[in-house]
Amino acid sequence: MRFPLKLVPDNTNIPFLRYRTIAMAISVAMIVAAILLCVLRGFNLGIDFIGGQSVRVQFDQAVPIDQLRDKMATLGFEDVTIQEYGSPTEIGIRTPLPEGGDTAAEAAATKIRTAIEGSYPGAHVGGVESVSGKVSNELFRTGMIALVLAMLGITVYIWFRFEWQFAVGALFALFHDVALTLGFFALTQLEFDLNIVAAVLTIIGYSLNDTIVVYDRIRENMRKYRKMSIEALLDLSVNETLSRTVVTSLSIGIVLTILLLVGPDVIFGFTAAMLLGIVIGTFSSVYVSAAILLWLRLKPDSFVTKVASGPEGERVTSREKP
Amino acid sequence: MLDFPRWKVWAVILTIVACFALAIPTFVPENIRKTWPSWVPQPVVSLGLDLAGGSYLLLEADTKDVAASRLDSMREQVRSVMRRDPRVEIGDISVQGGQLSFMVRDPSKVDAARERLLEVAGSGAGLTGQRVWDISVVDSTRFVLRPTQAGLEEAINTAMDDAREVVDRRINEFGTKEPTVVRQGDNRIVVQVPGLQDPQGLKKLLGTTAKLEFKLVNDISPQQLQAGNIPPDTQVLPYAEGGGQIAVFRQAIITGDMLVDARQDYDPQDGTPGVTLTLDGVGSRRFAKVTQENSGKPFAIIVDNTVISAPRINEPILGGSARINGGFTVKSANELAVALRSGKLPIALKVVEERTVSAELGQDSINKGVLAGVLGTGALIFFMLITYARFGVYTTAALLVNAVMILGIMALFGAALTLPGIAGFVLTIGAAVDANVLINERIREEQRMRNRNALASVQFGYKEASTAIFDANITNVISAVIMFTFGSGPIRGFAVVLAIGIVTSVFTGVTFTRLLVADWLKRNRPKTISI
Repeated sequence: MRFPLKLVPDNTNIPFLRYRTIAMAISVAMIVAAILLCVLRGFNLGIDFIGGQSVRVQFDQAVPIDQLRDKMATLGFEDVTIQEYGSPTEIGIRTPLPEGGDTAAEAAATKIRTAIEGSYPGAHVGGVESVSGKVSNELFRTGMIALVLAMLGITVYIWFRFEWQFAVGALFALFHDVALTLGFFALTQLEFDLNIVAAVLTIIGYSLNDTIVVYDRIRENMRKYRKMSIEALLDLSVNETLSRTVVTSLSIGIVLTILLLVGPDVIFGFTAAMLLGIVIGTFSSVYVSAAILLWLRLKPDSFVTKVASGPEGERVTSREKP
Repeated sequence: MLDFPRWKVWAVILTIVACFALAIPTFVPENIRKTWPSWVPQPVVSLGLDLAGGSYLLLEADTKDVAASRLDSMREQVRSVMRRDPRVEIGDISVQGGQLSFMVRDPSKVDAARERLLEVAGSGAGLTGQRVWDISVVDSTRFVLRPTQAGLEEAINTAMDDAREVVDRRINEFGTKEPTVVRQGDNRIVVQVPGLQDPQGLKKLLGTTAKLEFKLVNDISPQQLQAGNIPPDTQVLPYAEGGGQIAVFRQAIITGDMLVDARQDYDPQDGTPGVTLTLDGVGSRRFAKVTQENSGKPFAIIVDNTVISAPRINEPILGGSARINGGFTVKSANELAVALRSGKLPIALKVVEERTVSAELGQDSINKGVLAGVLGTGALIFFMLITYARFGVYTTAALLVNAVMILGIMALFGAALTLPGIAGFVLTIGAAVDANVLINERIREEQRMRNRNALASVQFGYKEASTAIFDANITNVISAVIMFTFGSGPIRGFAVVLAIGIVTSVFTGVTFTRLLVADWLKRNRPKTISI
């Protein structure tokens, strides 16, 4: 192993954009698949968004989930969701919003609690959450508003700082990442709650980080190499930033993997979403966001008016092609 | 690059030292912190309820109640103002469909009635100067009063402020530590009680309006009661325990506002728990008078229109104190006492969201979070060191300083650390790493591809990377601001840490590392950099 370690060799020259049609086809196919999954299969929405209550129980020893489900059925709870939190002794029991309002919800929680503490000695309730239908609707609405506004705000910023093509490219990359993340939740049926919305927003932030670093380099190169064809320029820019992309994604990936494996299980879904987001975010910024610029006919003279004279000029010749 | 002005060096150092100082109390155990002199500021990053254990309740008021009670009280006010000398005869007074209407019997007195009405209903009063009531006359003798939107909003606002006060008092009476009670939006109150594991009692307490009344019992026969043949000055109320009903006179002897104190205690004779009430001057006098005149008759103690007990008056009660018995447990007697002495809720509140986390579960999350944090940071540092050698050391230093700075600033603002906050922390570390990776990669590039010397490489590295770092961070700021503004609960906790982290990560990742690098370059003047 050389020291310092270089994961990406110097002067890579991978013709990323040659495969843009295939990459784009894969992207679009994945987006379509994700949307279909979301529509057909739906989400395992947590009580944050659908209302209801959730009781988290710590048992002495592993309790068969089927047995618990039967127990709940005898109590009159049919639509319960029972799931493990990390270990088979930690069980979450979720019941939908009972008809009859909050007093009924209250009674249901008490009933579950007494039943469990009665039939499983040593079990104790570690947490109770209940959210009324009204609040859950609001949480859902504010969550979605935050998501959409964040995407729009970011797009507008890029539009101002770059060119409209970049804004469209970034927006598409964001849409790509959000759709795939949501698809992942529809596929795995991991619980989708408020924390996951925060995770999706984080993914937006990360993916955008990647996209912006590539765009920044494209802008810089467009000022430097005015005669280069756009395709070659985009390839060059992605290659130049490749080392950074790999190192950063790997650093964050390492931390998230550790968080996923040993971190508190309450944020398991959150961490899983972010880890996935890093992977698809990296893909989208390397393939999707750059390729889109080509399709949107970005002109080589887009940033010409802003080009500074002086040292920038001489740098055109100082680059050595490998 | 090398010539950092002296003031800048000191500004950077002082900022870091200040943040460290702010972060220190958080790491010092509480019992040691208590021995510190009180003039030493002790900002601490407290743990959110999801980590420390405790209960979070979101209460919502039914604002329709306010409209109804406003109309009811206006009806009484209209009655009494019209009764004044010279009397204006009115009739057919009713509250229906959100409005109050009555007619003036003598058409010539309509103008006089309007003037009196303006006294109580006002013409353009209210804090906002907007009209509180719409007054109109239909069919020449019929008045219709309707509360205006502005008037209602103001009434709800006042009721919510009062309700917040009452909730605050009740929770304090409950004996929990450091509860927070804040209004949220138009009709909600957020209650957070650290350490409270079983919020049932608290919820019951908050749901209680505890309207206290003493009324004389009307001794009508059970047959009469059964037949529903009840005189107009009498009402029938249910018993709290064991069912049954009892007829009482509508007129109350004592009402809750005459109450000075209420305490749970034990009956001196049989030792059963009960509540002892202390009345104010007016209340004591009235109670004394009524008990003198009605010796031998029973009176009913009524809480929220439910009869708690109906003891017989054995002797005049002159001392201004009374006792409620009636099948209490110590707990229920205490709850009633608390509900009575902390006043009546001006508006009914119901729990619309509840989150309770036990301390063990919280502790478990902390332990795992800390373990993951230590392992993650360790792995990250190792990765940075093998990737960037000396510059990896600077990156590592920046990361550690960054983490402490975030904690220090959170302590300064009194922000609590929640689970999503920990996630935000991780994200921030990621962003900080990215800033340094961008710079380091750029230095590599400048040196290798453009054959620059060490100094120029570093110089260009920092300069060229800065626009990408700037743009990337601004977009993160945008999403943090949006999350904080539109998000709720966990999303907000996340946004706060993210926002703080963006600032500190730019500071440590760019400014602080540049200081370290400049210092090294100045001392050693290397020709090339191993990076």
